[in-house]
Amino acid sequence: MNQPVQTFTPQAFHQQAHAALENPQIRANFRKAMDGLMGKRREAFSDWDLETLRQLGANIRLRALSKLPDLLEQLEANCEANGIRVHWAENGEQACAMITEICQQHGASSVIKGKSMVSEEMHLNAHLEQAGIEALESDLGEYLVQLNEQTPSHIIMPAIHLNTDEISDIMHDRTGTERTRDVDAMTAAARAQLRERFMAADVGVSGVNFAVAETGTLCLVENEGNGRMTTTAPPVHIAVTGIEKVVEHLADVAPLYALLTRSATGQHVTTYFNMISSPRKAGEHDGPKEVHLVLVDSGRSRIYQDDELLDTLRCIRCGACMNHCPVYTRVGGHTYGTTYPGPIGAILMPHLMGLEATKDLPSASSLCGACGEVCPVKIPIPDLLVRLRREAVGDGVGNVPGAGVKRSRKEVAAWKSWQWLATHPNAWRGASLIAGSFRGLAPSHLGPWTEYRTAPKPAKSSLHTLIKRHRKEQDS
Amino acid sequence: MTAVKLYPPRPDKVYLFGTCLIDMLYPEAGLDSLRLLEREGIEVIYPQDQTCCGQPAYTSGYHSEAREVARAQLDLFPGPWPIIVPSGSCGGMMRTHYPDLFAGTEDEAKATELASRVFELTEFLVHVCHLTLDDRGAPEKVAMHTSCSARREMGLADTGPALLQRLGHVELVEQERASECCGFGGTFAVRHPEVSGAMVEDKSRALEAAGADHFVTSDCGCLMNIGGRLAHRDSSLKGEHIASYLWRRTS
Repeated sequence: MNQPVQTFTPQAFHQQAHAALENPQIRANFRKAMDGLMGKRREAFSDWDLETLRQLGANIRLRALSKLPDLLEQLEANCEANGIRVHWAENGEQACAMITEICQQHGASSVIKGKSMVSEEMHLNAHLEQAGIEALESDLGEYLVQLNEQTPSHIIMPAIHLNTDEISDIMHDRTGTERTRDVDAMTAAARAQLRERFMAADVGVSGVNFAVAETGTLCLVENEGNGRMTTTAPPVHIAVTGIEKVVEHLADVAPLYALLTRSATGQHVTTYFNMISSPRKAGEHDGPKEVHLVLVDSGRSRIYQDDELLDTLRCIRCGACMNHCPVYTRVGGHTYGTTYPGPIGAILMPHLMGLEATKDLPSASSLCGACGEVCPVKIPIPDLLVRLRREAVGDGVGNVPGAGVKRSRKEVAAWKSWQWLATHPNAWRGASLIAGSFRGLAPSHLGPWTEYRTAPKPAKSSLHTLIKRHRKEQDS
Repeated sequence: MTAVKLYPPRPDKVYLFGTCLIDMLYPEAGLDSLRLLEREGIEVIYPQDQTCCGQPAYTSGYHSEAREVARAQLDLFPGPWPIIVPSGSCGGMMRTHYPDLFAGTEDEAKATELASRVFELTEFLVHVCHLTLDDRGAPEKVAMHTSCSARREMGLADTGPALLQRLGHVELVEQERASECCGFGGTFAVRHPEVSGAMVEDKSRALEAAGADHFVTSDCGCLMNIGGRLAHRDSSLKGEHIASYLWRRTS
């Protein structure tokens, strides 16, 4: 039951989008949820100078990234000084192996997990299961998704694709909970089910929202208390995160936290904010005896090499870009077939999986700019989408794995013809004259366009002609 | 997203960049833009060698092709006068992306200078012409769809509605989720037809539900998309470019 079932792939984006669009339940669940989240965000920022705060957030992230190698070393030194053991993983597989090894060293048979997208990214649960270690998700949404043998459909709200009735069915079928529409009753049932597991778990695995270099502190943002239980109840805590999550100063955390919670769920503060700075100290009665930090690269340092793509690493994982994306709202998170869906997924996953697998993601945007408008750290998401489109159709000499995968002679020839026409004004005017004269012959079916719309018809006379005529009338 | 722009005083002359979509499919919108400007006593120069701003290739990732097409426009506007573009999407391309597209090339300075003279039509009518309108049409309700490029790339969410509010007999009604994209997105509509189709269906339903007699937009891409969708299911709701609407009601 614990294995993440990968039924969705980015290669099948079109088929998955078709299925989602045909599914009224999915459509309604996402529309309602995203409308709610957009409203809450708007409300939460209503008395803030949002532009100033976003610029501050962007500057903090940019400053951290500009010093990333140094800050990571500083983080390591300060964590180690605090008693937190730091491990470096080049990729997800290495990270999984390290975490498995730590578990095995402690003879662990069960792991309780706080929410961590990086652990989703590297399919940690499946790896642990292969080693005979059971991993249980303790975030309520993650728990439901795991019970239902699915993957998260949203990075903040993993089970947002499910409605109350569906959740009631899952809880009934998988845990024997009585069917109910009472959300509080279901939450209480899940709480009771999880409570035992926190106490019994041998190891707790969590993510990290901000890793503070100057103090060696790991910050964890959460609402359910499961993060605190995960990181304090079991004797061993392993935090796992991407190398980009580091910030320079403790003072950098406050603005980022203010942006994160408001952008994500419209909350002014979350119910829990954990700052983990060491294992249990001598004389203390609780807390883990060991704390580990696993820093995962997984293609991030390659992104870091490119001055433009680097902006991708600013992300603080709030999910606001998905909440405001008209494409995500229509097709839902699973359609993307990637750990991170929506706009951030479309600009991040090509680096993690290569453009070959993800080539349909950067084009799955109308470039409406809603994502870039709400991003709390001002990532120019539309520009990065265009950049990745360019990498996909380019000559293959790019900074992204799989560059050039979408290049087709036919398409290049079409754009070259267009270029020729648009750089030869006489030919351009001639073409519109011909199109106008034969407009009766214009096709009424234009492939996919006319499945939903009527075909546009060339005008009888182009603007060039109309203006010439207008001038003649004025002169006469 | 755009920095605050300081608007110049009303000039004697302007250039009109008509855009390829208007040129070939909606030329009346271009002519009506010209008429609105001329009525303000402004001489309008329409360089006959203009073709396309290059955006279709740019957003599809074909930047060298886009650059060559853009380069062919750079020398058409040699005077110091503003360049008026009746489209937020082409205007956004020229104002925002030309400097990037030509960065590091010998035409960088020229492209950047040209970009600084680009104005979207409704922006120019509101902020530079301070246009007043004498509405001669019958009372009706109108809804406006502002394109995403006008709204977000150029920061012009308000200029279109501001002009409509100056029409004495017109009641401006707002559709639900007015700021949401109509689903056009250039080649997006062809590459992801089903998603685009779902978006334009929602947009056209929202416009109908707003109880508008008519809808206007400042971008012909959106017009082709939403108008095409409404016509496809024989809706009585019709749309037009805001320049044509303003001209029709005040001439």
